[in-house]
Amino acid sequence: MTATATGPAAGLPRWAVIGLLPVLNLLTAFAVSGLVVLLIGEDPWRVVRILVWGAFGFEEAIGYTLFYATNFIFTGLAVAVAFHCGLFNIGGEGQAYVGGLGVALVCLHLDFLPFALIVPAAMAGAALFGAAWAFVPAFLQAYRGSHVVITTIMFNFIAAALMVYLLVNVMSEPGSVQPETRPFAAHARLPFVHEILAAAGIRVAASPLNLSFVWALLCCAFVWLFIWHTRAGYRLRTVGFSPPAARYGGISPPRQVLIAMLVSGALAGCMSLNELMGVQHRLLLEFSAGYGFAGIAVALMGRGHPVGILLASLLFGALYQGGAELSFEIPRITRDMVVVIQGLVILFAGALEYLFVPALRLALTRRHGA
Amino acid sequence: MESLTLLVLVLDSTLRLSAPLILAALAGLFSERAGIIDIGLEGKMLGAAFAAAATAALTGSPWAGLAAGIAASVLLALVHGYACITHRGNQVVSGVALNILVSGLSAVLGVAWFAEGGRTPQLPGEARFLPLEWPGADALRDVPGLGALYGELLSGHNLIVYIAFLAVPAAAFVLYRTRFGLRLRAAGENPESADTAGIAVSGLRYRALLCTGVACGLAGTYLSLAQSAGFIRDMSAGKGFIALAALIFGKWKPVPAMFACLLFGFLEAVAIRLQGAEVPGVGEVPVQFVQALPYVLTVVLLAGFIGRAIPPRALGVPYVKER
Repeated sequence: MTATATGPAAGLPRWAVIGLLPVLNLLTAFAVSGLVVLLIGEDPWRVVRILVWGAFGFEEAIGYTLFYATNFIFTGLAVAVAFHCGLFNIGGEGQAYVGGLGVALVCLHLDFLPFALIVPAAMAGAALFGAAWAFVPAFLQAYRGSHVVITTIMFNFIAAALMVYLLVNVMSEPGSVQPETRPFAAHARLPFVHEILAAAGIRVAASPLNLSFVWALLCCAFVWLFIWHTRAGYRLRTVGFSPPAARYGGISPPRQVLIAMLVSGALAGCMSLNELMGVQHRLLLEFSAGYGFAGIAVALMGRGHPVGILLASLLFGALYQGGAELSFEIPRITRDMVVVIQGLVILFAGALEYLFVPALRLALTRRHGA
Repeated sequence: MESLTLLVLVLDSTLRLSAPLILAALAGLFSERAGIIDIGLEGKMLGAAFAAAATAALTGSPWAGLAAGIAASVLLALVHGYACITHRGNQVVSGVALNILVSGLSAVLGVAWFAEGGRTPQLPGEARFLPLEWPGADALRDVPGLGALYGELLSGHNLIVYIAFLAVPAAAFVLYRTRFGLRLRAAGENPESADTAGIAVSGLRYRALLCTGVACGLAGTYLSLAQSAGFIRDMSAGKGFIALAALIFGKWKPVPAMFACLLFGFLEAVAIRLQGAEVPGVGEVPVQFVQALPYVLTVVLLAGFIGRAIPPRALGVPYVKER
């Protein structure tokens, strides 16, 4: 990520570290996924063809791909912002879940507001509740020295218990046994993209893609501005690089930890806008399941940069949508195949990031020598 | 008498529910005291549960199942080691990756191999670890007090429960009374000095992860071959993380960690009992509160309000030999 590669990748040119290494890691993850498909006794190439066709082959599929990508953008950005401050927020899962509570409270109880006001209110609700759920782990990391990884894991489980309690005992529709709230009012929903385009005279196939995709793109821009073009972002990255250096420079690391985690939680919380206000139109159990963790894969693959995260989100969105088609075409391969690929991507792009460094160094220096 | 029977019943299920937690917490203990963060206890348990159930379903032998469970868990531990020790990768990332990978892989393979929606076939009794009746338990059953204590609490658990509780003193002995244990702790506290004393830190950490793999394999096998009669998808259901919480709650020490596991197991047993029941004076206690309690307690402990949990000093820091 730095101008001249340092750390374990020292001695490699920057283009190799930014461009070549992630591609190699990704290809390895895909290759191992292919082995899993072989193990099941199916043809990997057929699986790839179905995945690509299922994700991009028709208009509706593209809508779905972008819809899933929206979730990944939010949770990926959330993980990335914390990363830049040297923090590992694995609590995206819980923060998105509780963010949904914020959205639901606004959409259910403030629905006397007109559409133009309820949308920003819901956005604020999602961000505030998500940030609030990140606050305690952030505070404990910053001022009490307890590790944010452990506390955010604990908070994921606490969030799960809390939401089950609220949905079963407090917020469920009176007289209903379903653990979900009543549907949001018609004006407390985000318009679908196909509706907006239809109003403009463009006809596209119906899909759950909604206005929150635009908000996700804006968030990418905001994160880019915030991290690289504001003083606050500079302070945050300084702490990420070296807390002692930051302290020497007059920056208080605990404060930056708090800020990074709050922004991270707010971004994760916004994921619930897409799912709840965009598609489900009610608060329900486990709507955030898996997206928070997938955000880690997205952020790692995107190397913490909004452009990379956007690309990685598109890839994962395509995998999700393609995976759904895959389980239709080959019932023996369930959608969980996508979870396998995700795990392998995190393994090879994250933990084994430098697997190919020795080989690359050898290959590149030999060519230079010749 | 009524309340005594209830107490015995709750304590009895406490033992059964804490056994996998204890094994997983001890697994985490070996890894973390050697300096390797292990978020992946959950994944190793799930992988072992699947491998054990699949093997037991095919061979009909619980022992083959146990061997497969341990092998799967050890393999995952070694992958973790390859990423974290050999390639000095991020230990948290590696753990998360393995958790997600196993969660997906067990479902994919389960559906493809057994075609029962991710379950493995229901196992018959002889392919499982069944409760062991102690001699005389039946005869003593009607003796008040002793009958409940001996017949219900001590007798009538399966083999892995007894292994779990015996593993605690064994782990404590290995950790505090053997050369391997001393070196292991050194690798987790101050690997530089361990290295200076001529100990190969990497090799030691790999061996610690082997212990982790074996213990987690037992824990996972327990889930699918003893507690249930087969594998259900995502059946570890956060137990690996509760065990991690217990390990921290027990301040990375074997005996306190066991007590933390017993506490969390007790809470789980109470939560099952409380389902919909009225508590006198309090009214209906929401089960979710009891379920969330282990996590809340751990956070409170980590916050330093009830004692302080200090992790091994070199935890999470990859060791670079040549400087």
